[in-house]
Amino acid sequence: MAVSSIADKGSTTRSSDSRIWNNPTVRGVFWQIALIVAVVGSIYYLAHNAFENLERQHIASGFGFLDREAGFDISEKLVQYEPSDTYRDAFVVGLLNTFEVAGLGVVLATILGTLIGIARLSKNWLLSRMAQTYVELWRNLPLLLQLFFWYALLHVTAPGPRDAWHPLPGVFISNRGLMFPTPEANPTHKFMWIAFFVGIIATIALDWWGRKRQETTGKPFPIVGAGLGLIIGLPLIVFLATGAHMKLDLPSLQGFNFAGGASFSPELTALLIGLVVYTASYIAEIVRSGILAVNLGQSEAAGALGLRGGLILRLIVLPQALRIIIPPMTSQYLNLTKNSTLAVAIGFPDLVFVANTQMNQTGQAIEGIGIIMATYLAISLSISLLMNIYNARIALKGR
Amino acid sequence: MATTTMLPAAGPNWVRRFVPWIRANLFNSVGNSIITVVVGGLVLWLVSALVKWGIIDAVWVAPNMRACQAEGTGACWAFVAEKWRFILFGRFPYDSQWRPALVTVLLFVLTGASFVPKLWRRETAYAWLAAILVSAILMYGGVLGLDYVPSDLWSGLPLTLILSLLSMILGFPLAVLLALGRRSNLPIIKIFCTASIEIMRGVPLITVLFMASLMLPLFLPPGFTVDKQLRALIAITLFLAAYQAEDVRAGLMALPKGQFEAADALGLSYWRKTKSIVLPQAITIVIPPLVGNLIGNFKNTSLVSIISLLDLMQTTQVALIDPNWRGLTSEAYLFLGVIYFAACFAMSRYSQWLERRLNKGKRR
Repeated sequence: MAVSSIADKGSTTRSSDSRIWNNPTVRGVFWQIALIVAVVGSIYYLAHNAFENLERQHIASGFGFLDREAGFDISEKLVQYEPSDTYRDAFVVGLLNTFEVAGLGVVLATILGTLIGIARLSKNWLLSRMAQTYVELWRNLPLLLQLFFWYALLHVTAPGPRDAWHPLPGVFISNRGLMFPTPEANPTHKFMWIAFFVGIIATIALDWWGRKRQETTGKPFPIVGAGLGLIIGLPLIVFLATGAHMKLDLPSLQGFNFAGGASFSPELTALLIGLVVYTASYIAEIVRSGILAVNLGQSEAAGALGLRGGLILRLIVLPQALRIIIPPMTSQYLNLTKNSTLAVAIGFPDLVFVANTQMNQTGQAIEGIGIIMATYLAISLSISLLMNIYNARIALKGR
Repeated sequence: MATTTMLPAAGPNWVRRFVPWIRANLFNSVGNSIITVVVGGLVLWLVSALVKWGIIDAVWVAPNMRACQAEGTGACWAFVAEKWRFILFGRFPYDSQWRPALVTVLLFVLTGASFVPKLWRRETAYAWLAAILVSAILMYGGVLGLDYVPSDLWSGLPLTLILSLLSMILGFPLAVLLALGRRSNLPIIKIFCTASIEIMRGVPLITVLFMASLMLPLFLPPGFTVDKQLRALIAITLFLAAYQAEDVRAGLMALPKGQFEAADALGLSYWRKTKSIVLPQAITIVIPPLVGNLIGNFKNTSLVSIISLLDLMQTTQVALIDPNWRGLTSEAYLFLGVIYFAACFAMSRYSQWLERRLNKGKRR
């Protein structure tokens, strides 16, 4: 009889199950239709309100404004731009500035982050503690605060050009920004470029030949050393052979400002320092955990098979460490790109800054935000697509 | 005589223990010795410069910045002494600032208590409900003899805390629903949840805040307004929910299939299964990344200053505009940094501790 209570329960459930609204499939269809109705209904309602509001406030809609004159100047631009150019040109300038910051930031943050990640693993207690302090300090402070701090340091605290800080020869930091030397162009330099590309092609060919020789004779070929020698050595030989024409264009004080060399504005410098210092603290942890994650037994086994140090690193350790490092690293690169939108807070004219100006001038907030969101979504989604392809390729197979 | 010099290190006990340690960890090779000297020199130089600027040469009491401008003076802490109440509580009526102060303490204590695993009980949830009610009374006033304070005067630390805690409390249930939806068998619900999550995660927070501050008013019926604190709260909540949804989804995916199958075999309905079997286990797995998101969210609330909300970041910016105290940015940002760092560092240490604790049972 003990079974009966369960059986009773079961029978009641079954009887109610036979009702149509308890059928899981029917329920599923019902909820999905409800969701569609709710989404379409709210979109209709919101769009209706928006039309009414825009009409009442006499705000135009559509992207017609892109062809109109922007009327504002942009302090930093990589391409020609005048206030009389169109909004479309202004957006292009902003987008290029975003790419400039993101590109430089990613490279510098990777270098700094990798160095700190390796320092964190050092057997030297002091060095590893300092690296840890760096990581803990910068990742526990809001990026916006860091940007304000760096910007104030450059813009308010830093001296004028006349008593600029002079940390390295040819490098000046003042409230006008960062000035640094650039190599002066010389006609012989184009031969160096040619030698550089010849070196790359020769390395690829040599690598192919080396592999083939190893397959047939078993003799390995030191491709890393030979390749580096070709890629760096060939241009160097050309450089010396053509008479070593190298002159640095040094910034120097002329009147009230610097002339010569290249310069980054205080805004760009602060944004770059902030993004690099902040992102490097995350990259350092990724690099550290990637290196630690490769089991020591892997390199020991490789050693037992007779592989030598460099080959163990290249064939055994790096492929496994990179499998762990690359996905989170990509998301850090994406974060850096998204975080570069904080430029608007310190007045660096990136895409968001331009859109913000446009929205204030035209009142067309929907279009402005649409442009920013579409741009960042395009960047994010294409990178995650590439990431998914990559992950599928490197995924562990056959287990 | 030779034997005495051979002894490792004479002297008190701690010297005998530390000298070998220093040798092994700092000077065990030529390269390491060079690194130690260079890094140690840099650290000493930095610390001594900071101590000289921040303590020895600092000005602690001054009526305005003129006393701080003399040659060779360091940090001007007189500025912080003058402005700390504005930075912490902003425009809230001066005589009533004990109210936001009380709210801050209450929220801090309750957050701290919620981090103790022993207190993960139903009563804590009730305590939160009570705390929200008490905080609302204290902030708004208008009852019990308290003066009414409109929400646009709420500022500083209490606003930062309220924004980050409320967005978490409101965002988490939403995150769970989104994660379940993304794992659902129903195609339309799955597409809707996946798209919502990916769009939110694909755009920077600042665009979501701009949407809330510039675009949302256009979509509301004419004459109907929502105050900007609430709009910012909605933006932060939706943004946080998308990130937490991915954490929860990771937990759902980490759960062994047998758990779902066993629940189905027992004849449990979808919601019964989700509530009693799936979520308790899935969420426990992902508590550490969820705490990580809380830290990120706390730091992210500082972005509301860009849409000119008077949070902790913006009160500092406003304090710096005062013509009597111009250019004291390092002092102000250092003060602010200490507050943010203390909160974030405590949370990140807690998260590490929790991770070790949660993994204890699994490491056999």
